[in-house]
Amino acid sequence: MVKAKTPLYREFTKGLWRENPILRMVLGTCPTLAVTTTAINGISMGLAVLFTLVMSSLIISLVRKQIPNEVRIATFIVIIATFVTVADRTIAAFWPAVSKSLGPFVPLIVVNCIVLARQEAFASKNPVGRSVLDALGMSVGFTLVLLILASIREIIGSGTWFGMQIMPPTYTSWMVMVLPPGAFLMLGMLIAFSNWLNAKLEK
Amino acid sequence: MSKSLRLIVVLTFTALFSGAVLSVLNIYTAPRIELNQNQTLSDAIGQVLPGEKACDVKVIDGVTFYIGRDEKNQPIGVAFLAEGDGFQSRLKILVGMDMALTRILKIKILQQAETPGLGTKIENDPTNKTDAAWFTNQFNDLPVAKAISYVKNQKPVAAESQIQAITGATISSKSVVEIINAAIAKNRELFLKKVK
Repeated sequence: MVKAKTPLYREFTKGLWRENPILRMVLGTCPTLAVTTTAINGISMGLAVLFTLVMSSLIISLVRKQIPNEVRIATFIVIIATFVTVADRTIAAFWPAVSKSLGPFVPLIVVNCIVLARQEAFASKNPVGRSVLDALGMSVGFTLVLLILASIREIIGSGTWFGMQIMPPTYTSWMVMVLPPGAFLMLGMLIAFSNWLNAKLEK
Repeated sequence: MSKSLRLIVVLTFTALFSGAVLSVLNIYTAPRIELNQNQTLSDAIGQVLPGEKACDVKVIDGVTFYIGRDEKNQPIGVAFLAEGDGFQSRLKILVGMDMALTRILKIKILQQAETPGLGTKIENDPTNKTDAAWFTNQFNDLPVAKAISYVKNQKPVAAESQIQAITGATISSKSVVEIINAAIAKNRELFLKKVK
């Protein structure tokens, strides 16, 4: 297999920039737009996806040779849904405040295309070690972008960061930043910026 | 093994695995989740019935009443859930009242997802530096012998059961008032008829 020749660390780092799920592949934008109103929400969502993606990739990569091609999607979804439920219930049991503010977006990780895409494109074709590294890289890349987007929106939109007041008291919050249009505006600008930076780096 | 048999075996094992993981998880998390929910509710009851030390639950015709008692075991008030539609979300409000249901002691918004920065002021208004909960605090000790009404651009008269609506969130303010009025009207009759 050609893939086996890429060095192991590249499986991890590609998710951070070159194949970043949000900035370069534009996958999973629905939770990205919806939950990034505060930094704490952004990072909680990122960590929930990290857990789901790493565990699903691990299990699916382990049993990849047993799964018949005809039912692979059904099998992936059942395994993903299991870990999403584990994450959802655990958050509800130990961090009820986070669970309340993330609302239905944790259960909706089941249909997050990043998770399914990594199973279909990577974990079902590669050995366990590489699959876990790939999952880690993708979800860390996802979490970082969520954190950046959520930080910008929280600071401009509410004048706080992780709930701490950081703008001067005279600052008037830009309400639009915590509303859906602010999410679209900021995500667009982030992608534009990353494209610009990428073009510069490749030159 | 034939092809179709293999499909069945793989899917069955996947489902069994999933079921096993989730049942084990449920054993550990279900009691905690229930505890969290009860904790949230009993905290809220303590807030809307100031001085509450113990609480009886009474269900009358499907409506749950929480009767709060002070340290001398005297009933100090009754709390119930009022629910209805706001501007863009479902509102759940816990209302604490005196035993005759003629006066509101305090209310608490348990659930809302109104427009951020406008409708959310019914629960928390960060632009009001002195009192972020000024909207719900208007209901403190509000007499409700007649239905609550809201006013705009003028000072509300508490003795006339008036409260001030939020600028830019009239529908959310109006919904809170209407949900509470409807719940009081319905529950007053139920409660006074069945409890002595």
